[in-house]
Amino acid sequence: MKYISEFRQQDLAQQLAKAIAQTVDPDRHYRLMEFCGGHTHAIFRYGVQDLMPGNVEFIHGPGCPVCVLPTGRIDNAIQLAERPELILCTYADLIRVPATGRNSLLKAKAGGSDIRMIYSTQDALKMARENPKKQVVFFAIGFETTTPPTAVAIKQAQAEGLTNFTVFCNHVLTPAAMQAILDAPQPVAIDAFLGPSHVSTVIGSQPYEIFAERYNKPIVIAGFEPLDVMQSALMLIRQLNEGRYEVENEYSRAVTRQGNQKAQALVQEVFALRPQFEWRGLGLIPDSALKLKAEYADFDAEQRFDMPEIKASDVKGCECPAILRGAKKPQDCKLLGTVCTPENPMGSCMVSSEGACAAYWSYGRVRG
Amino acid sequence: MCLALPAQIVAIDSATNMATASVDNVKVEVSLALVDDVALGDYVLVHVGYALNKIDEDEALKTLALFAEAGLTSSV
Repeated sequence: MKYISEFRQQDLAQQLAKAIAQTVDPDRHYRLMEFCGGHTHAIFRYGVQDLMPGNVEFIHGPGCPVCVLPTGRIDNAIQLAERPELILCTYADLIRVPATGRNSLLKAKAGGSDIRMIYSTQDALKMARENPKKQVVFFAIGFETTTPPTAVAIKQAQAEGLTNFTVFCNHVLTPAAMQAILDAPQPVAIDAFLGPSHVSTVIGSQPYEIFAERYNKPIVIAGFEPLDVMQSALMLIRQLNEGRYEVENEYSRAVTRQGNQKAQALVQEVFALRPQFEWRGLGLIPDSALKLKAEYADFDAEQRFDMPEIKASDVKGCECPAILRGAKKPQDCKLLGTVCTPENPMGSCMVSSEGACAAYWSYGRVRG
Repeated sequence: MCLALPAQIVAIDSATNMATASVDNVKVEVSLALVDDVALGDYVLVHVGYALNKIDEDEALKTLALFAEAGLTSSV
């Protein structure tokens, strides 16, 4: 497949591994945080960690929107879905995430709530058109990659005069999370960042420049294929060796410095910053999430329905919060593989196809 | 969640701003609401039913050349 198979070639991976081995300074340790869960999975799935010298360590970041969503927001969604007049639709990733009391959207669906999986926001609009007597709520999550499609749907609903379509907005922002990791009271030691792939196709590489300048952290925007990850690691290692702190773009086939300005304009038109938002593992982060602007209040589920803020706690013993900060690794969690498996997840990091625990469980268990 | 696949545009319906994209002959309907100037034959990144961006062929070739270059340096 064009633009996929070329970036997975085994011989090139071996050559890149050699180049990395020759470039690293044996006297130093390289701690590279891959922000995105997509990178975490590429690293485990293709055995990239095993192609790295022992002193190159990947620290898994919080870039998994399902993982960082606090349990209370899922409880909110389940409560909404219990209303008989309502259809709740969302992306598949969220369906099995544990809620309070061992509940989940999947269990709520089995219990009779009308909860449906969709692939695209266009499917949600279609559902609203076809069910004029029902309220259709789109439970929206995701980083900057996934926000523009929600904005398109809201604008389209407004243009069509769809009065039974609303959005429960949980879109969050990548640079705010990166800042929170760097500003944490007890920050995790990180030397450099593999920057987001598809988030950056939308926001561009420019928003990361402040982190390179202010925190002296090299950042390389990296594609999601294994050779992209290896090349980006090599670029980071070179920067660290040379004492440079810059934003470099390995994923130039899809990312520019300015990003997709059409998508950015749509997001700006529809959404405003929330003063703060809770992230699992990172706590309350200022200016880190979006809500619908007042002009679009008619399409805001939080305005239309009574949705009290729910404070919920995670399952005892689940290390998801520390794993999302990069402070712990999946194998540090006592629940991993014993009571917590993809079939019976205790924490969100085991559910999502971008979660670090799911990556470790699927590909990393048998590593030597 | 942020996963996106490179797909080739094989049909465009300009009236609805929708297109058909092909990934290894699997066809998927995608919205073109977030991109401008997409033409038949272009490769786009498809994410949750939307084309996010066009893929730049020249830049892809440059990145592949970088991989090969790293290989050359390592064999010296």
